[in-house]
Amino acid sequence: MKAKIHVTLKSGILDPQGRAIQQSLATLGFSSVHDVRVGKFLEVELGDSDQSQAESQLKAMCEKLLANTVIEDYRYELEPFEQN
Amino acid sequence: MNFGVLVFPGSNCDHDCAHAVAEGLGQHVREIWHQETSLEGVDAVIVPGGFSYGDYLRTGAIAQFSPIMEALKEFAAKGGLVLGICNGFQILLEVGLLPGVMMRNRDLSFICEDVYVKVENAATPFTNACESGQILKLPIAHAEGNYYTDPITLSSLQANAQVVFRYCDSDGQVITEVNPNGSLDNIAGIRNAAGNVFGLMPHPERCAESVFGNQDGLLVFQSMVNAFTEVHST
Repeated sequence: MKAKIHVTLKSGILDPQGRAIQQSLATLGFSSVHDVRVGKFLEVELGDSDQSQAESQLKAMCEKLLANTVIEDYRYELEPFEQN
Repeated sequence: MNFGVLVFPGSNCDHDCAHAVAEGLGQHVREIWHQETSLEGVDAVIVPGGFSYGDYLRTGAIAQFSPIMEALKEFAAKGGLVLGICNGFQILLEVGLLPGVMMRNRDLSFICEDVYVKVENAATPFTNACESGQILKLPIAHAEGNYYTDPITLSSLQANAQVVFRYCDSDGQVITEVNPNGSLDNIAGIRNAAGNVFGLMPHPERCAESVFGNQDGLLVFQSMVNAFTEVHST
């Protein structure tokens, strides 16, 4: 299975990178953009495991390492491997 | 006194720290590779600055799972002195020995300059050689020194005198204008509740010998020696 994990700053946490990008977009004329938040996107390939096993592993990975839950939220989507 | 300096892949202030305590204070020092698992014979540990694991994922995030970290947690739990400098501070936050997180600097830039910090608590094993309220000039060099924690943790840090250093001006005024990185409450250094773990963003090892033209940093290491000597002479 393959997991797509999004790690994003919690709402209310100041995102200086997002603010800089927003200002840059405004300079380019995209003045309707009123907020930009920058996060991380990870693709994790898991071995053979069932859905619930994979989910509990993913949760542990996010809590222990992939996100710092003091300032970050995470969410993930699980999908089966594409067979080539 | 035996100092141990942890060395991770990407540490780059390890030799400077070792030099400061060996040459500056004549103490024994051993560099400890992160794959080691024991801190036996070590009286105090320095977690040095640098870019452990290239700052991948988050600063300090990967280093927290290095083999030596289990020994470090045990060492800290038993009351051993632990000093984390810059990236070392970030590692101590990630591993949970100190509360809070480091975020990207407010203005996004990497800042490398001398700053002033005020000694808010001189009754710690890391500041006992300072006067309360003393102003130190120390260099900073970081992109992620914007300290953040939730309001409840911040209140308890303040209430328990765990905020040890605050960014200030040359007169000792703690004001937003001289906060280099956007750090909450101008925090430059905090200790844990038990008082034996201290993390700071400035680099005391870079101003610990006369050749640097500034020896304010030596006070931090001298304090650790004082604290150790006091405990072991009674």
